[in-house]
Amino acid sequence: MQKFLFELNRDEDFQSRYLADRRAALAGFDLSDEEQRALSEPDIGLLFHIGVNGQILMHFAAFHSIEWQDYLQLMRDGLDAHGPVREGVYAVTGYEGVESHSARLTQIGELEEGDI
Amino acid sequence: MSLVFAGVCSHAPGIVGRADQADPAAKDRLYDAFADMRNRLEASEPDALIVVAAEHFANFFMNNMPSFAMGMADYYEGPIENPDWLGIQKTRIPGDKSLSERLIRKVMERSDVSYAEEWKFDHGIMVPLHFLTPSYKLPIIPANINCQGPPLAPLNRAWAFGQALREAADSVPERIALIGTGGISHWPATPDSGKINEEWDRRFLDEWSRCDKDAMLSYDDTQSYIDAGQGAFEIRTFMTISAATEGIEGTVHFYEPIPIFAVGCTIATINL
Repeated sequence: MQKFLFELNRDEDFQSRYLADRRAALAGFDLSDEEQRALSEPDIGLLFHIGVNGQILMHFAAFHSIEWQDYLQLMRDGLDAHGPVREGVYAVTGYEGVESHSARLTQIGELEEGDI
Repeated sequence: MSLVFAGVCSHAPGIVGRADQADPAAKDRLYDAFADMRNRLEASEPDALIVVAAEHFANFFMNNMPSFAMGMADYYEGPIENPDWLGIQKTRIPGDKSLSERLIRKVMERSDVSYAEEWKFDHGIMVPLHFLTPSYKLPIIPANINCQGPPLAPLNRAWAFGQALREAADSVPERIALIGTGGISHWPATPDSGKINEEWDRRFLDEWSRCDKDAMLSYDDTQSYIDAGQGAFEIRTFMTISAATEGIEGTVHFYEPIPIFAVGCTIATINL
């Protein structure tokens, strides 16, 4: 799934073919029905939940002219709807969403102010 | 010749693409700092600029992921992103294949680096160039450290890469400038985008500015991810510059968290 997005993000000809026929552009990639649906709609929240790296997903969202704040909200909605990220870099230490990360940050405590 | 300039800067796409959404005063302070960095770079009269970046799956993917790579072409293209989204138009950026090859051969003596004769720049290189070499006249030598797809090379290998870059710069007659671009703490392109751990950033920048090798090499990716987000893996790019200028202190000219830019924006140079 990420391979498809990697190819799409960097290849303008591929982007044209995808825009002309999204489902057809998916041919040749090893994708489940869920993944094909997420990529063709596109369902940004589901893609993030499945485990697409944000750096890949961000470019894909920009390609679809999704505004930045909408992009962030779509990912949050995806976590709400589907649960924590299944696999990938965000699942390595458990990406449960914004609130859990905020809570973790508050546990770090006060660090000494470094002079810069 | 040797290094004539070394520094680090942020590269977040929002710095240009979402400039109109930021506090205007904060944006202006950052842009002024970039302009000052550009002046310092130009005053050093470089023949080429090595950009140590943490690209984001524009060229390198998990089917064939080098830990360290350098470009070896006479020109590059970028950005790969939607130009309207990034705020930077697609252009051709000059390289220097001969210089690249001589640098890469030298780097290979100490570090296992891959080379690439094709390279499409993403925001990780285009945003710094937009501010530092806006006329796209200075030849660029791109270098990449995998900071995105684990397993990542350990920090001490990034240090060795920086040392190798320095030896390579010392071995060629050209005047070489070197910058590292990346974030410190940040959660780019995720639902946590905009979160910045300023205390973590200031501690790292203090260590960076003192070239405190032991402190910088003591970071652990798992802990950094928890404390400072996956974007913190990009401290490798900053540390590479430290390694290339080991023993020399740096000056942080600008640091300010700007949430809409999704990073604590940083401009710093080594006191060469």
